[in-house]
This record gives sequence, C-alpha cells and structure tokens, in this order.
Amino acid sequence: MSTFSKEHLLYIKKVRKEKILVHVTQFLIIILFFLLWEIMAKKNLINTFLYSSPSQIIQTIISLIKQQNLVNHILITFYEVILSFVISCTVAFIIATILWWKKFLSRVFEPYITIINSLPKVALGPLIIIWAGASMKSIIVMSLMISLFITIINLYQSFISTNKNYITLLKSLKASKKDIFLKVILPSNRANIISTLKINMSMNFIGIIMGELLVSKEGLGYLIMYGSQVFNINLVITSIIILGILSLIMYYFITYLEKIATKNRQVKLK
Amino acid sequence: MENILLKINNLSKKYHNKTSEIKAIENLSLNVYQDEILAIVGPSGCGKSTLLSILAGLEEKGEGTITYNDNYKIGYMLQNDSLFPWLTILDNALIGLEITKNKTKENIDRCIKLLKKYGLYEFRNQYPNSLSGGMRQRVALIRTLATNPELLLLDEPYSALDYQTRLALSSDMYNIIKNEKKTVILITHDIAEAVSMADRVIVLSKRPCSVKKEYSIILENKLNPISNRKDPKFNYYYDMIWRDLDVHI
Ligand SMILES: Nc1ncnc2c1ncn2[C@@H]1O[C@H](COP(=O)(O)OP(=O)(O)OP(=O)(O)O)[C@@H](O)[C@H]1O
Ligand SMILES: [Mg+2]
Repeated sequence: MSTFSKEHLLYIKKVRKEKILVHVTQFLIIILFFLLWEIMAKKNLINTFLYSSPSQIIQTIISLIKQQNLVNHILITFYEVILSFVISCTVAFIIATILWWKKFLSRVFEPYITIINSLPKVALGPLIIIWAGASMKSIIVMSLMISLFITIINLYQSFISTNKNYITLLKSLKASKKDIFLKVILPSNRANIISTLKINMSMNFIGIIMGELLVSKEGLGYLIMYGSQVFNINLVITSIIILGILSLIMYYFITYLEKIATKNRQVKLK
Repeated sequence: MENILLKINNLSKKYHNKTSEIKAIENLSLNVYQDEILAIVGPSGCGKSTLLSILAGLEEKGEGTITYNDNYKIGYMLQNDSLFPWLTILDNALIGLEITKNKTKENIDRCIKLLKKYGLYEFRNQYPNSLSGGMRQRVALIRTLATNPELLLLDEPYSALDYQTRLALSSDMYNIIKNEKKTVILITHDIAEAVSMADRVIVLSKRPCSVKKEYSIILENKLNPISNRKDPKFNYYYDMIWRDLDVHI
C-alpha cells in the first residue's frame, strides 16, 4: 500500500480530516445543548419543575439506580425489544417467502395485509390487554402488530422487484424455484433486507414503548408513564434520554451486523 | 447438406391478455444445421425474442412442431449480460454448472481454461462492476459455454455496447464460437453484423413473423467478422437484406 502518489495521500488526509471535523462538531453540539440547558436552569430562565435540567437528570439517574432498580427496567425494555425483533424478523421472513413462492396466496392476502398494516395499532391496545392480559405478552403482541406487517410488505416487495433478467437466466438453466430463491432473490436483496431489519428494529422499539405505556408495569415506558402520573418531570425526561441512548446502541448494533455481512464479501476480493 | 440439429415446422405462437390476443409467430419453419452460425434479422417487435424463448424452453410453444435431440443442451444468452453483481467473475462463470448440478472438477477446470483462453482469468476474483461492458459480455458468453451446450441462442448480445466495442467483441465471439465448435442462432438488429458473422441469414417478416428470405452467405474470402466487412460480396448481401427488411424512414 506504499505505492500511493503524493496527491492520493493528501486526498486521504483531507477525507480523514473532514470526518474528524464532523464527529467533533456533532459532539460539540450535544455538549453545547446540555450546557445551555444547565445554564438556563441555573439562571432560572426555565422552570426546572417543568423542564428539568442536566444536573437534576444525573441526580435522578443515581437515585433511580439506588431505589427503583433502573438497570432492571432498562434490561427489561432491551429484552422485550430484542425478543419481538427476533420473532418479527423470523415470522415476516417466512411469510414473505411463502407469499413470493405462491403467487396465489400473495394475491389473496395482499389486501388483508395492507389493511392491517394501515390500521393505527394504538387503537388495538385496549383489546390486546383484555385478550393477552396486562403482561409482557401484551407488550410483545403490541410490538409485533406494529412491526410485523410493514416488514412483511417490505420484504415481499423487494423479493418481487428482483431484476427479472437474473430470474430468466436461471430459468433458462432449468433452475428450481428453491434455487431461484436461494441463488438470486436472497443475495440480490441483501441491501434491502438489511435496511428492512433496521426499520423493523425501530418499529419494535416504538411498539415496545407503546406497549409498556399501556400495560404500565415495568420497563422504561412504565417509568415514563409513572413519572407523568406523579408529575415527576425529572423521571420522564431521564427515561426519554436513556431511551435515546438505548436506540443509539441498537442502531450501532445493526450497523455492526451490516458491516460483518459486507465484510464477508470483501474477503473474497483478495 | 450437413446434419440438421433443429427443425422447426409451422410454428405459431400467440400471447393472450385480458383485452386482446397478440400473434407473435405464424407458420414459421426453419432448419438449423450443425456447426453453423445462423443469424436472424427482422423488424422491431416481430417476434425474434419470442422465438428464442420458445427454443430455450422459457415460453410455451403454441402450435407447430420443434424437432430436436433431447440430449443436446441449449445455452441461452440474454440481451444484457445479467452477471450477478454479488458474485465474482469466476462464480458468475460457474453459475450454470452450479444450477445444473454439474460442478465437477473436470467442468470447473474447463471453465477456468475458457477464462484463461479469453483473457479473463486474472479478473476471476473481481466483481462484475469493475469490468468493462465488452469484458462483461465475454464473461456472459463463457458462462453460457461452461455448461457445454451444443446449441447457443444469442439474443442481440451486443446491443448494449458502443460501436467500437461491438466490432471488437463480435470478432472475439466469432473466434470463441468457432474454436469451441458451437452451433449458434444469433439474433441481431444489425445487418452488417449478421452478414459478417453468419453462415446463413434468415430475414423474418413483420409481426406475426415467418421466414421471408433466406441467404447462404458465400463470401470470396471468409476470414473473420472484421475483414468480412471489406469483402466484395458483403455489400451485395447487405443491400438485399436491407431491401427485404423494407425499413421505412
Ligand atoms: N410476455 C408477453 N406477453 C404479451 N405479449 C408479448 C410478450 N412478449 C412479447 N410480446 C409481444 O410479442 C411481440 C413480439 O415480441 P418480441 O419481444 O419477440 O419481439 P422482438 O422481435 O424480439 O423485438 P425487438 O426487436 O424489439 O427485440 C411484440 O408485439 C410484443 O409486444
Ligand atoms: Mg427482442
């Protein structure tokens, strides 16, 4: 790799510099935001009872860890999200595959899936609780209602929009449907599948928090609900900030998976 | 005459949709002889691709008979190269063997030999997007040859390329085809390409197509597609076919 020209090295340096600058700026914005917030709170420019403040949030986190078992709530939310993510991905993948496989079934079920998908799922909340009980089961069902159908639709759409020429090529080789699926549909939709997973993850996040708000027993959604009921804004805002951090972690987790998936391909280049 | 490899008799084909019925082929009869390059030209939309799809077994045949030795394998090369961007050049070339479950050591070696022979071996571990259009098309041809078919069906194999590349590639392809001793049906829009490459040219009528004219191309000095274009008799065939096609401007 030492054969790069001087210009190229300069170019790489410039790209790297720009990247660092972006990260530094992003970091500064966050710091500035919290700093301003804190100053405004300290100078009584905002009412901390309504808007809280960074130092109060830190205090809340410390007391939550001590008294309310914050780590437990976080872990529960995390566990629920992962669980419904896995269920939703698996089920959606199987259903999308079946729909692709059997054209007839896809034609029969398409309107139903579309209708269910466009239904505002919060409306189903009370029913779900009555049917599945005020438990984790309801929360997962809620989350699945939100994430499953859109994932089926996205996967199915990308399956059927696969380049027809690739399929014709395999058909001219007398390939079986299974071969077409494994050798063309799946690999050609790799990028689509990964982006569908990303969407699925955020959908599940939404679903789980919504479920926790409704069921109101444990988890970060419960903390938010509880906080608002007792008018403890510190608790509400703290929970929201932790949620933000959690979703950031999950986002990086998926991006990491994506990197592994593309790395496998790069290795072959050697 | 030489051996007949494929015999089409009174073939007709209709496409149906809700509102209408399109006749694509009507009473088409032709023979394909062993080891020849048969070029088929015809007006746009007359049914050339339909004919090849039927021969490749991708479409139902409608009426008529197609007589063909079942043991012969057919290789179908589509209009665009359709290389899989997620596979390396080597894996792309091997896809036919993989699908037909013929990925034996011997067949893989044969395919590698083809890649070597036609200057693509050093690119075997690269992905298609790093290759030029002409190279991609050659990979597509080798992919088709890898399954060792007796009959090659080429549907406008260079239509996506610029003129220079087309010329160079048609001569490359010609050499590959003749070296590997294949029988070829070549569909093209380009009369010059047809006359310079083929042993015989069949002109189809407008849709629904049937055979309008048939030429055996006998040049004074038949060498390769590029020098054939300078042959004294080249223009004669060119003009005749041009007139048959009856192109209105
Ligand atoms: N799957 C199909 N369903 C309905 N009609 C079709 C289908 N495929 C082709 N056709 C029609 O059949 C006719 C012949 O089509 P075909 O593609 O065989 O023509 P072609 O000679 O290959 O044309 P081109 O020169 O543009 O490649 C056209 O009118 C086309 O619209
Ligand atoms: Mg065509």
